[in-house]
Amino acid sequence: MDLDLSFNAMTMTVKQFGDMTKTFLREATVATGGKKVVDKLTTPIWSWGQRNSVYPLHFGIACCALEMAAAGGPRFDLERLGIVFRSSPRQSDILLLNGWISAKLRPILRTLYEQMPAPKWVIAMGECTISGGPWYDAYNVIQGADTFIPVDVYVPGCPSRPEALIQAFTMINRKLTAENRGSFLGD
Amino acid sequence: MSQVIVYDKPDRSEEEVASAIRAKFPSVELLKVAPRRLHFRAPRESLFELCKFMRDELAFEHASCVTPVDYLDHFTVVYHISSWTDHILAEVQVDLPRDDPTVDSIAPLWGGANWHEREAYDLMGIVFKGHPDLRRIMLPEEFRFHPLRKDFIVGRRV
Repeated sequence: MDLDLSFNAMTMTVKQFGDMTKTFLREATVATGGKKVVDKLTTPIWSWGQRNSVYPLHFGIACCALEMAAAGGPRFDLERLGIVFRSSPRQSDILLLNGWISAKLRPILRTLYEQMPAPKWVIAMGECTISGGPWYDAYNVIQGADTFIPVDVYVPGCPSRPEALIQAFTMINRKLTAENRGSFLGD
Repeated sequence: MSQVIVYDKPDRSEEEVASAIRAKFPSVELLKVAPRRLHFRAPRESLFELCKFMRDELAFEHASCVTPVDYLDHFTVVYHISSWTDHILAEVQVDLPRDDPTVDSIAPLWGGANWHEREAYDLMGIVFKGHPDLRRIMLPEEFRFHPLRKDFIVGRRV
């Protein structure tokens, strides 16, 4: 900490004073090891909140979207796991791709992926999204979503069952637990 | 209280419509007359005049479908044009040479033919002269092929 600044305290602006105080607090917490302790205590809470509120984008492409709807319905009920479908990419954490991706749809999906805020994951559901599936030699179907978007979990099946989709979300859950991200005091 | 449903009677029979078309267009070949059906084959030069005559004089109100067929040595465009007044569905076939698949558009006559002709252009490459907006309707604009033609190689992506 710069002690010289304290002599000029009367002539400082409010912003300068705030910056100085913030720097002092941060350095003090890091130096005393308090930040480590607080992070250690709060990170599991942040991570718990994060993995219990994964919001996928409500975006159906083809027949796997019916399985997505079944998984969200009363029988399998994704909402009991904290998985709520959102209609805007700005509010969602997971891009759920379900179906063949035509050449016209590809730039739109890329835009959706870019529009989602930063901690985001992608689930490729069904054969068509993973590798083109039955349209392996079609002129208008992209051969796999991972050719233009990083994919976290692949769910095989044609179409995949709702249980498989729930397992995919469980794997995302485990990934979040392992990453253990989020800290109270910031970096 | 009973409701009496009166179905309308057709104004003309199939034979009357066929003879009217034959009298006006001698070049149009009448393939078949069946109950409620008429089958024609028209040369492509007289297609637009034939359709105009059918719409204005013979009360064919609706163009249901425009279908291109690839016969390898030539194309055939099949028009299904129906008349609710006369209870007739007319099928008009037009043969086009393989190297010049160009035909007059009927979209100025029936607006519903607009997207049918765009689809035929998109997938089979039939060029409709006089179409108001002949663009691809389903495939991306940058594609340079017509995938439903018989000589299209499956698996090609350019």
